[in-house]
Amino acid sequence: MTLSVMTLSAHIALRLGTLDLGVEVDVGPGEVLALLGPNGAGKTTVLRTLAGLEGVDRGRITLGDQVLDDPTAGTFAPAERRPVGVVFQDHLLFPHLSVLDNVAFGPRARGATKAAARATAREWIDRVGLGDLAAARPAALSGGQAQRVALARALATEPGLLLLDEPLAALDAGTRATVRRDLRRHLAAFGGATVLVTHDPLDALALADHVAILEHGRVTQAGTITEVTSRPRTPYVAELIGVNLLRGHGEGHRVDLDDAGRGDGARTGDGALTTDGHGRRGHVSVAIADPASGPTLLLIRPQAIALHRSRPDTSARNQWRCDIAGFDLLGDHVRVRLTGGIDLVADVTPAAVAELGLTEGQPVWASVKATEITTYPQ
Amino acid sequence: MTTPRRRPPLGVVVAAGVAVAFFALPLVGLVRRASWSTLADDLGSPDARSALGLSLVCSLSATALSVLFGMPLAWVLARVRFPGRAFVRGLVLLPLVLPPVVGGVALLSAFSRQGIVGGYLYDWFGIQLTFSTAGAVLAETFVALPFFVITVEAGLRSMDRRYEDVAATLGAARRVSFQRVTLPLVAPAVIAGAVLSWARALGEFGATITFAGNIVGKTQTLPLAVYLQLESNPDVAIALSLVLLVVSLTVIVSLRERWLGPS
Repeated sequence: MTLSVMTLSAHIALRLGTLDLGVEVDVGPGEVLALLGPNGAGKTTVLRTLAGLEGVDRGRITLGDQVLDDPTAGTFAPAERRPVGVVFQDHLLFPHLSVLDNVAFGPRARGATKAAARATAREWIDRVGLGDLAAARPAALSGGQAQRVALARALATEPGLLLLDEPLAALDAGTRATVRRDLRRHLAAFGGATVLVTHDPLDALALADHVAILEHGRVTQAGTITEVTSRPRTPYVAELIGVNLLRGHGEGHRVDLDDAGRGDGARTGDGALTTDGHGRRGHVSVAIADPASGPTLLLIRPQAIALHRSRPDTSARNQWRCDIAGFDLLGDHVRVRLTGGIDLVADVTPAAVAELGLTEGQPVWASVKATEITTYPQ
Repeated sequence: MTTPRRRPPLGVVVAAGVAVAFFALPLVGLVRRASWSTLADDLGSPDARSALGLSLVCSLSATALSVLFGMPLAWVLARVRFPGRAFVRGLVLLPLVLPPVVGGVALLSAFSRQGIVGGYLYDWFGIQLTFSTAGAVLAETFVALPFFVITVEAGLRSMDRRYEDVAATLGAARRVSFQRVTLPLVAPAVIAGAVLSWARALGEFGATITFAGNIVGKTQTLPLAVYLQLESNPDVAIALSLVLLVVSLTVIVSLRERWLGPS
């Protein structure tokens, strides 16, 4: 069995303190899966079970034809007997060892002679472009350099599975872009399966083929990056990619929004909303282009929402009166946070903000064309 | 004086000064009373030389025993959860506060020929610990071991255990991980613990004289010699006291970064 044909298949069920983890993960050889989720969702615990630092209560973890963890069969391979490389958060280079000895540690611990381990280490240090620093102590390295050494150390044992725990979180913004680019190159050259844990969607976008969204110990959405970003299913994902996600019940060309489906933190029952045509207070309907039925999700890109000082005279069929909750300057546009009956974000130009004289707390009309709203079943 | 600062209260300063003088005056007295011209002869006298040599052997042996048994004990206390751990830790700490003479009496009840295990040791192996150099080592270990255990346990607890996780994922079995990662990372604590336990062993008096007796060349260590020579030959007693003072100062200086922070 060569390492390059190893597929990771993990079914993990584990209770740890308040965390109730139930996750299924499959990663093919050469594939990179990003495990994306908020803090406390259980991402790191998943990684620890894959690494063998934590056992599962129920489930089964296999890598290729090797069973790593299977409590019903009484099988558990501890970390030191798994062909797994881990890049830990904060890199965790051994402070008392030189760069060379850090990278040589794995091959040496796995039985290579001192000379052979050092030769392997030197090769990997060269490969990550730090040949000059082989004799340096970790304390003398910059954050980006330390992260590259940590990657070299994890790969030097030629693992079949590579685990990365927030590999870029400890770096400053400037370094992060460079290290991310390097990491992408090394991951492309790595033949095994990779699981990347991150809370930064940019990491997932740049490094992963597939993404699994982990919230409260469960995978709430999984698929290719394109699938997930084009059809977000939870408020967390919608917020990550910066779109409006509403939830409702479809009836033909109309979706009646659930009370809880009016966007993040929507207030219900305050009735400060007038809808197009229907006008019932505390009840919102959205006009859509393609008919839908049953539980439906609606995706509205912030760029698709237009703002007006008074009720607009446009062909847009969705017109809502909202209040401005705040502004965020994002690059060349302004993201306006709207509240009222629906919580929305709308992207407009700074010029438009000035022209309309928009201020916080001010009432405003938001309009969006039915054709600009993407709908899909819940 | 550019920035006006509040002065510390006068009463506090005076009391603190009295405390400093209380520590400093006996040391000054000791140095003043020393007979510097005959110091070399005093330290070279047979009794003094025997006590110096014996103390060195006994204290180093006690330190070695403390490291040998204290290391596993510290590891167990720091890393293994078991019922009664608090009780065990209390037991280990007890010799720190127990009057050494009581420690000596307790050792007698266990290791003398009439003691719990001392009888068997003598009957089966012909080993008698009381009134022997081994007994002096035992008494010194009894009081020195806690210093090593608490220092190393604290070191193991404050160490970032994720480094051991890293070592495991790199393929290191527990023993390798301990040797190549844990031990180097807690080395400062191990060294400090060894130095402390050595200093405590060197100064041990009560438990030694109670359990091992006061036999010149066999169990009469430095502190015992100081006490007994004070009657017959005070110059020798003071010369030996100076030796212990210098050792203590050296220990303080060598561990200064641990205790005496930046001034």
